Amino acid sequence: MASARIENSTPTEVERALAREGKGGVADFAALLSPCAGENFLEPMARLARSLTRRRFGNTIRLFAPLYLSNECTNVCDYCGFSLGNAIPRKTLTVPEMLREAGVLKGHGFEHVLLVTGESGRKVGVDYILDALRALRRYFANLSIEVQPLRTTEYERLVGEGLHAVMLYQETYERESYAAHHLKGKKRNFEWRLEAPDRLGRAGVNKIGLGCLYGLTKDWRTDAWFAGLHLDYLEKKYWRTLYSMSFPRIRPHEGESMPLADLSDRDLVQLLCAYRIFKEELELSLSTRESQNLRENLLPIGVTTMSAGSKTNPGGYGAEEDSLEQFSISDERAPEEIAFMLREKGYDPVWKDWDRSYDECRLPNETSAFPGSEEQPLSLAG
Amino acid sequence: MSGMDDPLLVGGESFHSRLFVGTGKFSSGDTLAEVVRSSGSEMVTVAMKRVNPEGESDSILDHLKDADTRILPNTSGVRDAREAVFVARMAREALSTNWLKLEIHPDPKYLMPDPVETLEATRELASEGFVVLPYCHADPVLCRKLEEAGAAAVMPLGAPIGSNKGLESREFLRIIIEQAGVPVVVDAGIGCPSQAAEALEMGADAVLVNTALAVSPDPVAMGEAFALAVQAGRRAFRAGLGEVTDSARATSPLTGFLDQAG
Repeated sequence: MASARIENSTPTEVERALAREGKGGVADFAALLSPCAGENFLEPMARLARSLTRRRFGNTIRLFAPLYLSNECTNVCDYCGFSLGNAIPRKTLTVPEMLREAGVLKGHGFEHVLLVTGESGRKVGVDYILDALRALRRYFANLSIEVQPLRTTEYERLVGEGLHAVMLYQETYERESYAAHHLKGKKRNFEWRLEAPDRLGRAGVNKIGLGCLYGLTKDWRTDAWFAGLHLDYLEKKYWRTLYSMSFPRIRPHEGESMPLADLSDRDLVQLLCAYRIFKEELELSLSTRESQNLRENLLPIGVTTMSAGSKTNPGGYGAEEDSLEQFSISDERAPEEIAFMLREKGYDPVWKDWDRSYDECRLPNETSAFPGSEEQPLSLAG
Repeated sequence: MSGMDDPLLVGGESFHSRLFVGTGKFSSGDTLAEVVRSSGSEMVTVAMKRVNPEGESDSILDHLKDADTRILPNTSGVRDAREAVFVARMAREALSTNWLKLEIHPDPKYLMPDPVETLEATRELASEGFVVLPYCHADPVLCRKLEEAGAAAVMPLGAPIGSNKGLESREFLRIIIEQAGVPVVVDAGIGCPSQAAEALEMGADAVLVNTALAVSPDPVAMGEAFALAVQAGRRAFRAGLGEVTDSARATSPLTGFLDQAG
C-alpha cells in the first residue's frame, strides 16, 4: 500500500534519500514525500533541490503563455469553471481571433505558447487543433496543447504540424475521487486518460506534461507518488521524450466547492523538492494560479518554467482592444514585469528555448507494435 | 607562455585560447559577455534553439557581437542525423557561418550523444562543406571514424553534461588523444579549473566549459581561473610531465646479486 509506505517513512530513510541525491529511485521518492520529511527535513530538501536545479538548469527560467482557444466542454466536473452545466458564455476562437490573441502575446515577447481548450470532440476536435497549429506555428518558436485526450493516430497528425508538447494531467490517480469529481462526459473514463501519455509517447510527441490537481483527494502524498511512478514508467519506455510536471491546486474560495484537502504552501514546497530530487532533469512548471509572493519564493527551490500575464478566457488578451491590429502591441505590462522581477533575482528570463524548425523536421516515432489496439476508447468506467 | 607561439589550429584557423565557452545557464547576457572577456575564450557555442535571428534583438547574440570570439552554433535539441543536418543548414543561413558544433542527444535525461547518428551527420555535413566539431562519447574507435568522416575536431565527453565530475573517461581520452589526427576538445563534465588543467596536461587540445562558469557565484572570476588553468595545463604538457609510478624504487633490489662479481 503506497500510502502506508509513505506515511511510515523514518528519519533514517529520509536521510538516506537526501544522501543519495535522487539516485535512490522510487523508494527514496516515497521517503521524500512523507510526513516525516515535511516535518523534519524541509530545509535540507530545499537546499538540495536548489543545488540540483542550478546544476541542471543554471540561472534561467523559461516563460510561456497559455492561449485559451475555447471554453466549450462536454464534461461535468465539479471543480471546473468550463463544466457543461455552468451558465457561462461559450466561445470558440476563429482563426482570425486566434491571430489577434497571438499578436498580443507576440507583442510581449512570448515564443512558447500553450493552446488550451475545454474537452469537446465535436467543437474542438483534432481538426480544429490542427487548424490552430497551422495558423499559429509561423509566429511562435514552440507550441504546446492542453486539450482532451486524443488517439495515437490523432497525435501523429499533429506531430510535424508544429506540435511540441502535450499537457495532460490525470487530475487524480485515486479512482474513487476521480469518479466523484468527474460526473459526466468522456472524462469519466479514467483509463482513457491514464493511457493517454502512452499514446503520446508512441506518437513521438516531444514533451509530455503530467500532473495532479491537488485538492481532489484527501491524500496528496499518494497522488504525487502515483504521478511519480507514472513518470518513472514513461521515462523508461519512451526515453526520447521530455517530461514536465505541474502542481495546480484548488484553493478554497467563495462560490466553489471546497477541496477535500487543502495543499498548504508548506506541502507545496515539499512536493516541489521531492520531485526535483527524484528527477533532477524534470521541468517543473508553476502557473499564475499561485500568488506572486509564493512564486518568487519557490523560484530558487526548483521551478524551471512559469506562465506570465495569463488570461484564461478565450479572447482574453485582446478583448478590450477591438481596434487591435493583428500584431500591434498590447499595453498589458505583466509579462514584462515578471521578466524584470526574474532579472532582479538573478535569473535570465528565457523567452525562446526552441525553434519551430526543429518541430517542422520531426517525424513521428515508430508506431505501436500492436496497431489499432489503443485506438478505441474504453467503455465508460463506473 | 601565451597562446601566441602555440596556437590551436582548427578547421584551418588558429586560436590563442584553448578554452571554449558554452552559453547556456547564465543569469544574464551581460554576465555571459563579461565571462567571455575574462576567460579570453575565442570560441563560444550557442544553441540554435535559443537564437532568434528573425527578432529585433537576441538575448545571446546581441551580447556577443562586440566580443572577439567565433560563434559556434550547436544543434542541441535534435534527435537524429536528419534533424541535425536540417538545423545545421539553418544555422549556416542565420549566422553566416559554416562552423558547427554537432550535438545529437536523443535522450533528454542524461543528454548522451548518439554515436550512430553523429557519425552519419558528420559525414553528410562535412561533404556539404561544414567545419564540423562533433560532441561524442570518449570512444576511441568512434573518434577515428569521425575523423575519417571529415570532422575538424572531436569533442569527447569527460563526464555527463553538467555533472561537474571531471575526467571520468580519462583512460579512453588518453587513447583518443594518442590516436587523433585532429584536435581533441574535452567537452562536458569539467566542473573546476584543476580538471581543465588535467585535460590539457594529458594532451587534450582544448576544453569546453559551461555549467562551472554559469552557476559560479562569481562567473567572471571563474572565467579567469579557467583561463589560467588551461594555460598551465598546456604549458605542463609541452614541458613534459614526470613519469607517475605506483611503486617505490627499491635501493637493494632482490636481483641485485646477479650483477655482483664473483
